[in-house]
Amino acid sequence: MDCSLVRTLVHRYCAGEEECVDSRTVYVGHREPPPGAEAYIPQRCPDNRIVSSKYTFWNFIPKNLFEQFRRIANFYFLIIFLVQLIIDTPTSPVTSGLPLFFVITVTAIKQGYEDWLRHKADSAVNQCPVHFVQHGRLVRKQSRKLRVGDIVMVKEDETFPCDLIFLSSSRVDGTCHVTTASLDGESSHKTHYAVQDTKGFHTEEDMDSLHATIECEQPQPDLYRFVGRINVYSDLNDPVVRPLGSENLLLRGATLKNTEKIFGVAIYTGMETKMALNYQSKSQKRSAVEKSMNVFLIVYLCILISKALINTVMKYVWQSEPFRDEPWYNQKTEAERQRNLFLRAFTDFLAFMVLFNYIIPVSMYVTVEMQKFLGSYFITWDEEMFDEETGEGPLVNTSDLNEELGQVEYVFTDKTGTLTENNMEFKECCVEGHVYVPHAICNGQVLPAAAAIDMIDASPGAGGREREELFFRAVCLCHTIQVKDGDEADGPRKSPDSGRRCVYISASPDEVALVEGVQRELTPRDIKQLPQSHTARKRLGFTYLRLKDNYMELQNRGNDIERFELLEILSFDSVRRRMSVIVKSATGEIYLFCKGADSSIFPRVIEGKVDQIRSRVERNAVEGLRTLCVAYKRLIQEEYEGICKLLQAAKVALQDRERKLAEAYEQIEKDLILLGATAVEDRLQEKAADTIEALQKAGIKVWVLTGDKMETAAAACYACKLFRRNTQLLEVTTKRLEEQSLHDVLFELSKTILHCGASLTRDNFSGLSADTQDYGLIIDGAALSLIMKPREDGSSSSYRELFLDICRNCSAVLCCRMAPLQKAQIVKLIKFSKERPITLAIGDGANDVSMILEAHVGIGIVGKEGRQAARNSDYAIPKFKHLKKMLLVHGHFYYIRISELVQYFFYKNVCFIFPQFLYQFFCGFSQQTLYDTAYLTLYNISFTSLPVLLYSLMEQHVAMDTLKRDPALYRDIAKNALLRWRVFIYWTFLGVFDALVFFFGAYFMFENTTVTSNGQMFGNWTFGTLVFTVMVFTVTLKLALDTHYWTWINHVVIWGSLLFYVVFSLLWGGIIWPFLNYQRMYYVFIQMLSSGPAWLAIVLLVVVSLLPDVLKKVLCRQLWPSATEKVQTACLVSGPPLGSHPLASL
Amino acid sequence: MAMNYNAKDEVDGGPPCAPGGTAKNRRPDNTAFKQQRLPAWQPILTAGTVLPTFFIIGLIFIPIGIGIFVTSNNIREIEGNVFMYYGLSNFYQNHRRYVKSRDDSQLNGDPSALLNPSKECEPYRRNEDKPIAPCGAIANSMFNDTLDLFLVGNESDPTPIPLKKKGIAWWTDKNVKFRNPPGADIPLEERFKGTTKPVNWVKPVYMLDPDEDNSGFINEDFIVWMRTAALPTFRKLYRLIERKNDLHPTLPAGRYYLNITYNYPVHSFDGRKRMILSTISWMGGKNPFLGIAYIAIGSISFLLGVVLLVINHKYRNSSNTADITI
Repeated sequence: MDCSLVRTLVHRYCAGEEECVDSRTVYVGHREPPPGAEAYIPQRCPDNRIVSSKYTFWNFIPKNLFEQFRRIANFYFLIIFLVQLIIDTPTSPVTSGLPLFFVITVTAIKQGYEDWLRHKADSAVNQCPVHFVQHGRLVRKQSRKLRVGDIVMVKEDETFPCDLIFLSSSRVDGTCHVTTASLDGESSHKTHYAVQDTKGFHTEEDMDSLHATIECEQPQPDLYRFVGRINVYSDLNDPVVRPLGSENLLLRGATLKNTEKIFGVAIYTGMETKMALNYQSKSQKRSAVEKSMNVFLIVYLCILISKALINTVMKYVWQSEPFRDEPWYNQKTEAERQRNLFLRAFTDFLAFMVLFNYIIPVSMYVTVEMQKFLGSYFITWDEEMFDEETGEGPLVNTSDLNEELGQVEYVFTDKTGTLTENNMEFKECCVEGHVYVPHAICNGQVLPAAAAIDMIDASPGAGGREREELFFRAVCLCHTIQVKDGDEADGPRKSPDSGRRCVYISASPDEVALVEGVQRELTPRDIKQLPQSHTARKRLGFTYLRLKDNYMELQNRGNDIERFELLEILSFDSVRRRMSVIVKSATGEIYLFCKGADSSIFPRVIEGKVDQIRSRVERNAVEGLRTLCVAYKRLIQEEYEGICKLLQAAKVALQDRERKLAEAYEQIEKDLILLGATAVEDRLQEKAADTIEALQKAGIKVWVLTGDKMETAAAACYACKLFRRNTQLLEVTTKRLEEQSLHDVLFELSKTILHCGASLTRDNFSGLSADTQDYGLIIDGAALSLIMKPREDGSSSSYRELFLDICRNCSAVLCCRMAPLQKAQIVKLIKFSKERPITLAIGDGANDVSMILEAHVGIGIVGKEGRQAARNSDYAIPKFKHLKKMLLVHGHFYYIRISELVQYFFYKNVCFIFPQFLYQFFCGFSQQTLYDTAYLTLYNISFTSLPVLLYSLMEQHVAMDTLKRDPALYRDIAKNALLRWRVFIYWTFLGVFDALVFFFGAYFMFENTTVTSNGQMFGNWTFGTLVFTVMVFTVTLKLALDTHYWTWINHVVIWGSLLFYVVFSLLWGGIIWPFLNYQRMYYVFIQMLSSGPAWLAIVLLVVVSLLPDVLKKVLCRQLWPSATEKVQTACLVSGPPLGSHPLASL
Repeated sequence: MAMNYNAKDEVDGGPPCAPGGTAKNRRPDNTAFKQQRLPAWQPILTAGTVLPTFFIIGLIFIPIGIGIFVTSNNIREIEGNVFMYYGLSNFYQNHRRYVKSRDDSQLNGDPSALLNPSKECEPYRRNEDKPIAPCGAIANSMFNDTLDLFLVGNESDPTPIPLKKKGIAWWTDKNVKFRNPPGADIPLEERFKGTTKPVNWVKPVYMLDPDEDNSGFINEDFIVWMRTAALPTFRKLYRLIERKNDLHPTLPAGRYYLNITYNYPVHSFDGRKRMILSTISWMGGKNPFLGIAYIAIGSISFLLGVVLLVINHKYRNSSNTADITI
């Protein structure tokens, strides 16, 4: 982006004088700090103007033209056009200038319109009124006049005009709620906290007396990261230093909710706000089709140049006899004679280039763009991919990759929220070895006692009871849930059986499930025999009520309200995989409750029934449940103070804050006492198994990349049939690596696979054949990073190669315990492996964004974890099951459509230009054109453009249902099958053959005879028109033969475009056109049609041109049918349900 | 067009002013077009469907070919109107420099173009400071041999065959595309005042023919020459020999004598001249190509039909699935 460039330049320029450029200092309300304080050099920051538009009124034309001609194709056409203007060329500059002008103008208009809309949006945003605090009064100003350091007041439901540090709120506790729906799509309310020392400043006057400076980092695009420090100066004391984090930062674009008003100070404005920084465009992904198209273009460019060269050389050989160069009837002008020979040869070469340049048509680019743009509507329109439940349909964020959906070889999928619903349901908890299940589950059925008791020692005693309650309290307290009042219950989840209707909102659905789970009536399995309708047991669970004034309130079993003072939250992160809270009970006891993954809790536990709980956890994990362990520790006051100090030090740090915090957490969360474990079920998404099976049958390898633990993930893989019962699992896990070295493990595995799977060919391992053993690989994050790590001796690739070899021979791979970046690493590893397979990544959460961006095609699921993935993806779908239709139907269609489009375009231009080339041998290499200017110009624009565009939008070579039913058809187009060299050469030769037929057919017709019934003769323009007519008909009918799906639109467009050609020709030749300095086409077409042999020749030549292609098609279908062709014929036999009659579509 | 396309907007990245909480039901329409379920005819080229086509092509093309061939071969009998052509070979009328060396406005009688011909006519644009009419290389190199045909009867003095000059050019050329400069009452010579004759010509353009309807730009010999030939060996219609009555053949058998006034040099470019007499059928002059091509393609098509039939038969038995239909 421009401004980032400017910024770096400014930084570089200022670096000499200013040392501290990686942080900025803001004077709150523009008040200078007291003289004692450090002196800062004020930095210049932009005003709050948002500029998303690219152009201004003045620079639009030059800048837009420059942008457009930066594309190589456009530049090539511009050069051709300029050459035509400069030298004396056979074709008028109009023939290439007009299409180029058309393309450039349409693009410019489109971009101009979009930019105008952006201007409008910008000015609407920039002129939004904003309330400033100035000299103790509120002033309304336009948003764009806002500057860094201004104090701003925002009312409820207003959006923040820039990035603000939250100073104070009208709420007593100094919090406010915001939604970031327009930033990342998450509609849940988030709580932000005012700075402790300023939250008492409630009025404008108060604000005016505030004296503070803020130091913070320079603008960064990461929405969830912010590090800063505020110094508040009071009159007497030393300045108070407070850390600022992202909880104190209110982002531009977010909306204030549930809070009357807040005050904040602007720290990032205009284009430096996090929102503006996030609008930078993503890197462009290019599809395989586009790459092969570019290769073909280069081939055609070579053909073009060699044609021009051949003709130039031939010309000078032929002309070496003077009577040919300049016969008496055709003298040159004096100027021409005196021109330098080399200059003449060069201009001749350029003239030939111009003559043949149509072989690379402008219109192909336009048609491909239009096909992609219009074609992508079919995805968004697809009703089957619309999800009733969420009201979401598929989204297309880029239409450049439509056809890539038909080429996918690897699918990398996230587990949680993608394969599974991310709709958590509390299943059970295990306290001290006693298993509790939700009452609702036990209620319906009477469990036999023997079945229920399989791991219980005895009924909990008094100590057990205490632990049990502590466990429930821990679950109720150790979370970051907000409670939303019931009256605005539009949230996703309502607690089903609580007296008050209230809604829990949290970033993690597990937490909600847990808190809701424990509030329900829980039944210990072992005391099941007690009478159920005991009044005292009405409320066995604990209900979390709210967080008020830093006190967490919960309702215990006796319907009493307990209050805990919330002292610290050690928030969750994916590296630690646990979170903690420190609370102080009403009796003054301080507890630390910690909740996290088993692997991160068990090593820190010193007491508790570890073995029993561990076995229960493992059992649950195997069943596919998500387990969490809960532990606690009682702190004495001194310990707590130590912790406070530790945390405070880490929080205030400006540099390395995260690392320091992690270290502090590490120190605090140790020596825990294990309380129990919870199990939450995350159900598989509907048809997940069916989808995965279909993908595998389609020859796509499915890898699951998840952050979850191995057992849970493996269970989910079994459930969705990624692993089958007969799949032999190979493990490369940390546990195994403790016993063996990585080297040994890998070699052993590869031996197993290569030995047993000798019969396993590469294309044949998707589990279709039952007799071959198929393998599943499980690898975890730690092992992966070992594999990826370069070895000391520099041979970094050997493990990777070995690993890739193993992976290639496995039908399914599960990578668990993956960090987000590791997911991207895996994708990259496969993407750049030898075969360069096409990869697709699908995920729903922010942790999948990196792999979605890395893969060739990124698909986001519009899920519960916000819209980050969908926003960064190329396509977004509501459910995992829609992937099946997306790839097998849409991808397949788009691929065959665009590949035909590309091949056909090259073919029809060979047909177009090759006769011109041949004609040079009969006109003394004089660059005489065969066709009239109008035909040259309109051939690609109108005579032959619409049918192929329509084909590339509508074609369905196989019915949609068949494609879904038979995923193996997807293999027919794998590896860019329709754009291989063989196919390309076939099309090119077909074009050359057809061109030979047109040209020599017309040649023998015209050779030295008359073809009219009145004896009159035809000239060269009739000759060219005959060739052209045969060509237009052949080329259009060739497409008609390729069309398998004739709707009424196809009929209209194909026959209509032929009719248009005839009508146009009649008109073009029917009038003496004023303002034209030549009338060479006058009555040529009509005279041609008045000749019987011309009709006969047209019919004959069209038939001859089409014959070989038809023959090839029929023979291939008969002798070597592909799977698709077999299905097509089978459909024909069984009889298609509708529209089998040719006229049915009309 | 791009604006109702939500996804594109996001990419283009205008920051939305209002929070985008569209709770509308975005359910797509269930129309056949949008769901890609338009009723359609789904033809497939199988041996079964193509076989009859091949046979039909064979059955139609062979008779047509034979018909054309016979017609074409019958042409030598000199009955009906006879057409007299002159032919040139190795003459590149289709050379680009040659083809464009004309001014269609001038030829259409435009007075300004008459006196100021197009630059394309160079170096045949002006001569001795006077504009050339008609300008350009094509006009300058007009064929100017005269051919006269005599029937050498029993007596010693041959009788000339009447040759018709009119009707050799396209009607539209003669009446629309080519026009003399305006001025109906003024003599032709006056209308071309201020111009000079092409360098190689003997007579100026208005003296091409005594008949004013066939003189100037609308002289039919001139018009015929101005229609540039497609190939370096070509023929152009020179004269018509009309049949007098049905009883006698147009050119009865006998000895004929051709008198050529030789003006036109062709040796310098290794060219040849010819004179062709031909009758014309509904399909033009003698040309065996079309007939032979039709017969050949018809036979090939028939043959392919047979081959396909065999293959079809053979493979139907061997394939277990019913994937072949006739």
